[in-house]
Amino acid sequence: MSIHKKSIVVSLLALVALQACGKSGTESEIKAKDAAQPAASSLARSGRDYVYIVGSSTVYPFATVVAERFGRGGEFKTPKVESTGSGGGLKLFCAGVGVDYPDIANSSRAIKQSEVDTCAKNGVTDIVEVKIGYDGIVIANAIGGQAVDLSRADIFKALAKEVPGKADGELLENSYKTWADVNPALPTVQIEVLGPPPTSGTRDAFVELAMEGGCMSVAWIKALKKSDSNRYKAICHTIREDGAFVEAGENDNLIVQKLEANPNAFGIFGFSFLDQNKEKVKGAMVEGVTPTFDAIADGDYPVSRPLYFYVKKAHADVIPGLRGYLREFTSERAWGEEGYLSDRGLIPMPDEERAALAANVRDLTPLSMASE
Amino acid sequence: MAIEKTTREKVEAGLARRHRKEALFRVVGMLATVVGVLFLGIFFATLVAKGSTAFKQTFVQLDITLEADVLAPGGTLDLGYADFDGLVRSALGKQFPEVTARADRRQLYRLVSVGASYALRDLIEKNPALLGTTQSLWVPASSDVDMLIKGNIDSNVDESLRTLSDQQIGWVTRLAARGRVESRFNKALFTNGDSRDPELAGVKGAVVGSFYMLLVTITLSFPIGVAAAIYLEEFAPRSRLSDLIEVNINNLAAVPSIVFGLLGLAVFIDWMALPRSAPLVGGLVLTLLTLPVIIIASRAAIQAVPPSIREAALGIGASNTQVVVHHVLPLAMPGMLTGAIIGMSRALGESAPLLMIGMVAFIVDVPGSLTDPATALPVQIYLWADSPERAFAERTSAAIIVLLGFLLLMNFAAVVLRKRMERKW
Repeated sequence: MSIHKKSIVVSLLALVALQACGKSGTESEIKAKDAAQPAASSLARSGRDYVYIVGSSTVYPFATVVAERFGRGGEFKTPKVESTGSGGGLKLFCAGVGVDYPDIANSSRAIKQSEVDTCAKNGVTDIVEVKIGYDGIVIANAIGGQAVDLSRADIFKALAKEVPGKADGELLENSYKTWADVNPALPTVQIEVLGPPPTSGTRDAFVELAMEGGCMSVAWIKALKKSDSNRYKAICHTIREDGAFVEAGENDNLIVQKLEANPNAFGIFGFSFLDQNKEKVKGAMVEGVTPTFDAIADGDYPVSRPLYFYVKKAHADVIPGLRGYLREFTSERAWGEEGYLSDRGLIPMPDEERAALAANVRDLTPLSMASE
Repeated sequence: MAIEKTTREKVEAGLARRHRKEALFRVVGMLATVVGVLFLGIFFATLVAKGSTAFKQTFVQLDITLEADVLAPGGTLDLGYADFDGLVRSALGKQFPEVTARADRRQLYRLVSVGASYALRDLIEKNPALLGTTQSLWVPASSDVDMLIKGNIDSNVDESLRTLSDQQIGWVTRLAARGRVESRFNKALFTNGDSRDPELAGVKGAVVGSFYMLLVTITLSFPIGVAAAIYLEEFAPRSRLSDLIEVNINNLAAVPSIVFGLLGLAVFIDWMALPRSAPLVGGLVLTLLTLPVIIIASRAAIQAVPPSIREAALGIGASNTQVVVHHVLPLAMPGMLTGAIIGMSRALGESAPLLMIGMVAFIVDVPGSLTDPATALPVQIYLWADSPERAFAERTSAAIIVLLGFLLLMNFAAVVLRKRMERKW
């Protein structure tokens, strides 16, 4: 037994050592590359003849459609789209300039200052931000379930780990069992919500838009935002862990199936899944607005977020097809009111905004977020 | 006599209990088998029930006029910019001349897949002489129409709850009445790469990607694994070091596969700067994964060769190397090959390590070399299972059926190999 244990430790150590070798190798190599040749010349010996896209799994369904149509055009190879999540994608994107690094990072949130800084440190300076449209986050239940009208305050109270008590500044462990406990107007049904895990961009957006929106309705918590923003975030962004909220994984199809099986449960996912499964599930009203294509496009539905992608300007004239892909994505037939992306559930931006952004993309105007 | 009687009495007293125990044991064993078979049966039944429809695809017959002045304005044909969509649309419009309102026409155009334009393009590319003629073509219907024909869209529920409107269903019914709707074998599933349009999506890219990966894996892991096994069994001195190596190999066989993915990311991609998403890197990672399996199986095969054969060879003056190469290796080969095939079928079903090296990606073009970006079959299944379009559900099951088919084939080969080449001593 003891020999066995020892050897496990040894083999694990060997693995760790190998990993460490790999890592240190990477860093020193990147440095060596930087020292030996400026980014441009490493691009000049470009060995990649396709566009390389990484990032958000929410933008993935849209980016892949554009990539496919663009590829079928026949002039260039079909871009490769990797689904890595927004954070993972931007990390890869910011790792450097050159054929080994992605040209485009899709993101279901705006790039963070810290990410811009990382980019700058690795020589990625001119980043072009392209907003592509909106995505609604819906709270849906089975078609046979009760129709409800939730306010953001209801959502916060039903799902937060700690909820405000009667007195100002008082926080209680969330003890609401049924929706009626939260708001007497809601049905007496046990709170059971299936949602994405914390690694998901959908979860981030849901927490920021729905939970925080509800959180702000409590005056003293709202005041905290200025005085103690960490505590404010902890209160507004922490989801309860007592079983009322179930992390159902990244697969939204699975959530839809589970909702069908349990008419009392609610699920949180992107609008495109509601759109494709509308005979199985229906979206709950939020603040009295039903999540429909038009309501999200008009900005009436409160839980919606913009989607983005980021482009490396330095790659634009080196990677074959990159400019073409950008032109295809920002064309009216793709992201327009009646474009093929809207068929897939992307909510288009207003006409003027699209026109302005398309011009931006043509000129590749970089992001003005300066690195510190 | 007295003692014998008591023994006999003791036996008889306990006999009923022992028989009961035996019967119980049998029943438990049988139940376990039945439960196992039942689960397998349910698994296969749901898979086939869900996936079998994906092998058929609905096609619509359209009379498409390949107008020269639309396709080749000014007399030059430019395939990249020719308006094939327009031709498909006007052909569809001709079927329903009464549909004139813009919104209605848009609805009408949604009945046919974008694949129709691609098919038209391929036709013209192959035979430009068809320009100006009218062709009666079977083009793929859109996935919504396909779902309707397959009964996955219930036309009795309220219109707002379906992806097809009453009007669209009416058009499909009329087309069907004219004999212009037909369910055919879904060739695209096997000849196309991935696509975001379910009716055009196929597993060819993933199958080729998996093939390249396994090619790399087998060419590396089999020789290395067999050489390592021979050295460890036949030549290595017994020492603490060789014990340590042996235990480590056994441990490696049990390491979760995602760890090999992380290792591959650090070593092959970051350090050796090999391309991401390439079957070459996937194959290398899977080599690491299958090596311990092959070494263990090969060592077992070598151990099974009887010592008498070795001794006889040594006795007539063969060297150690000659004993191994001329006698042990040929006799152990069936066992080694079986181990290799089982290792390969494990590698074919792996997706976790491929997540780390960028093979979970949307790749339309079928890979043409070891360094082209590619996916693998299990990854394709994962990607389709996560797609919002309804028609991908049946294609996910179909892809699983294809994967299981390959696995069965490989395991069957292993069994045949063992049966035909095995020697009993």
